[in-house]
Amino acid sequence: MEKILLLGDEAIAQGFIDAGGSAINSYPGTPSTQITEYVMKSKQAKELGVRANWCANEKTALEASIGVAYAGKRAMTCMKHVGLNVCGDPFMNAAIIGTKGVLIVVADDPSMFSSQDEQDSRFYGHWAMIPMLEPSNQQEAYDMVHFGFDLSEKLGTPVLYRIPTRLAHSRAGVVRKPVRKQNELTEPADARSFVLLPANAKRLYRDLIDKQPAFTKASEESGYNKYIDGENKKLGIITTGIAYNYLMENFPDGKCPYPVVKITQYPLPYNMINKLYDEVDEILVLEDGQPFVEEQIKGFLGKGKKVMGRLDETIRRDGELNAEKVAKALGMKADSGLAVPEVVTNRPPALCQGCPHVDSYNALNAVMANHKGGKVFGDIGCYTLGFNMHAINTTVCMGASITMAKGASEVGIFPSVAVIGDGTFGHSGMTGLLDCVNEKANVVVMILDNDITAMTGGQPSSANNKIRQICEGLGVAPEHIRDIIPLPKNHDENVRIIEEEVNYNGVSVIIPHRTCLVELKKHLKK
Amino acid sequence: MKKDIVLCGVGGDGIVSVAKIISDAALNMGLNLKQSEIHGMSQRGGSVFSHLRLSSDEIYADVIPEGHADIILSSEPMEALRYLPWLAKDGWIITNNEPFVNITNYPDMEKVNAELGKIKNLVSFNASEIAKAIKARSNMVLLGATVPYLGIDLAKVEEAIMHIFGSKGAEVVEVNMKALHAGYEQATK
Repeated sequence: MEKILLLGDEAIAQGFIDAGGSAINSYPGTPSTQITEYVMKSKQAKELGVRANWCANEKTALEASIGVAYAGKRAMTCMKHVGLNVCGDPFMNAAIIGTKGVLIVVADDPSMFSSQDEQDSRFYGHWAMIPMLEPSNQQEAYDMVHFGFDLSEKLGTPVLYRIPTRLAHSRAGVVRKPVRKQNELTEPADARSFVLLPANAKRLYRDLIDKQPAFTKASEESGYNKYIDGENKKLGIITTGIAYNYLMENFPDGKCPYPVVKITQYPLPYNMINKLYDEVDEILVLEDGQPFVEEQIKGFLGKGKKVMGRLDETIRRDGELNAEKVAKALGMKADSGLAVPEVVTNRPPALCQGCPHVDSYNALNAVMANHKGGKVFGDIGCYTLGFNMHAINTTVCMGASITMAKGASEVGIFPSVAVIGDGTFGHSGMTGLLDCVNEKANVVVMILDNDITAMTGGQPSSANNKIRQICEGLGVAPEHIRDIIPLPKNHDENVRIIEEEVNYNGVSVIIPHRTCLVELKKHLKK
Repeated sequence: MKKDIVLCGVGGDGIVSVAKIISDAALNMGLNLKQSEIHGMSQRGGSVFSHLRLSSDEIYADVIPEGHADIILSSEPMEALRYLPWLAKDGWIITNNEPFVNITNYPDMEKVNAELGKIKNLVSFNASEIAKAIKARSNMVLLGATVPYLGIDLAKVEEAIMHIFGSKGAEVVEVNMKALHAGYEQATK
């Protein structure tokens, strides 16, 4: 078959379609968004009747996929690393159930190109005691979706599939496999396994423990983990995922002198690593992420042969891995270019010219200028860039604007304002607003409605066209839900309305509504 | 054959589409390639870059190690300077010299030009002006100016443009071809 050029994300998506996937349920998040988008746009997926959904958040998405698995079909849920926190509950319990035919794809973001932390999803997989896959290139990314579904069905377990930003957003040629038919609709073999009452759960947890040797055996034998011998036994190297590429980049002839264990499947292959330990003097662990493998090999006491990596800062503990860092760890001399001249200034990302958020923030800033001691609790989306306009004081996690504003208002901060986008409000802002209503919190919640989930490239927003109804339904007084249009010509009126609601002692919602310009341009092109 | 190219500019200026066209040409020639890019927050008017690696041998890393780029292709003069750590000793810089000023502290252009002037292998010209005159996009003019240093024949790049823009109609193909040739002439005259 001919090679097609695919992003790592797209290779996973094409793999899903070709491997007989029936439904993909996801929430957008950089760098994972392009997986689900690809399936949505795929003509082949449409013809095969593959269901592709953007869900309200990662939790609802993964639960939908567990439902697909209950029906005996193959499902995938994709998210960014912090999304795994949001769906932590179904994730852990899908493992207890031993859910077959589910791949949970998580894109981590070492170096935080577009994220608030560097958490490494492999710790979650380890915690849930399920097999994990971490492909090293685009071809493996494609192949391992097929492999992952087979593994999941054979061993009776969901599989965590981890990629870092660089693989998600890098293209290479990929050769496809023949298309597999989708599974037929079936009843679960053991209907009780989906009922996690303590009596069932105790038995199922024991089953999960008993499956561990089979998981490890699969890692030893699948062929995806490799022991590659080398003549220089002074050092042995363990690489995980794309770290292998950064190692080999330093050996242009394709020959690393040291023995290497190349990991792309977990649990760790015990025999391979034991063999490496026996044969070499010291071990270097290369991972694009946190020191997940290194910590396991080294152990708490760190006795025995020397194990180096990010824990002892042989390689800096933070930031993504690269070939230069590996060269340094190997004591090789890395090339360097010229220094960046001093004249170069930073060009940080900024809100687009004419963006509705700018007008919303201008109005809010004008109001807050009259209220010293007032605070604005921000949230996650394009409008986080309002920090550069000195318009927000905080950004923590999805939905935290409303709940932080509530907590702060209850101990004396006034005015306490939350700023959240329509997408994030649908994701996890609604429940926080219910808390505010129940406690009669003195907060102003601004829901910046631009009709779209803009930061991730324009996915539909789950609360679109229903924000007022949702707020009313949650119990916000209709006369304190105010619609404004964020435009420079409305500035004075918008300032007046925000000021009025600041002075109202209770829950106010202000909805500045104007379509995202990037989205508007896309529609005009069509 | 091996070429490592850093493409850089400002979010939304179309530099990533240039990477796609070169990739298409390379794939048709049977070359291996890896092309990495950045999505998400940094796209919004900030500094953006893409790494494109072409080789007849296996390519390992998705990103180019520092000091290894054969070409820096930049849509903006200050952005070209930002990626100097990647430039190989005998590497080339091909850059638009029209600044894109969306920040309040953009440096004095004379200083930017003075720094660019220190580069041994430099093609710096006003691609925006050329593009404007023929109602095309400057990124395609820059692509044309890069072709002589790319190790890929002009004809192969033309094929890729036809392949990628073909579905958008003959007019779109023609204007992109015009831009490509204008850039090519600029670099070879």
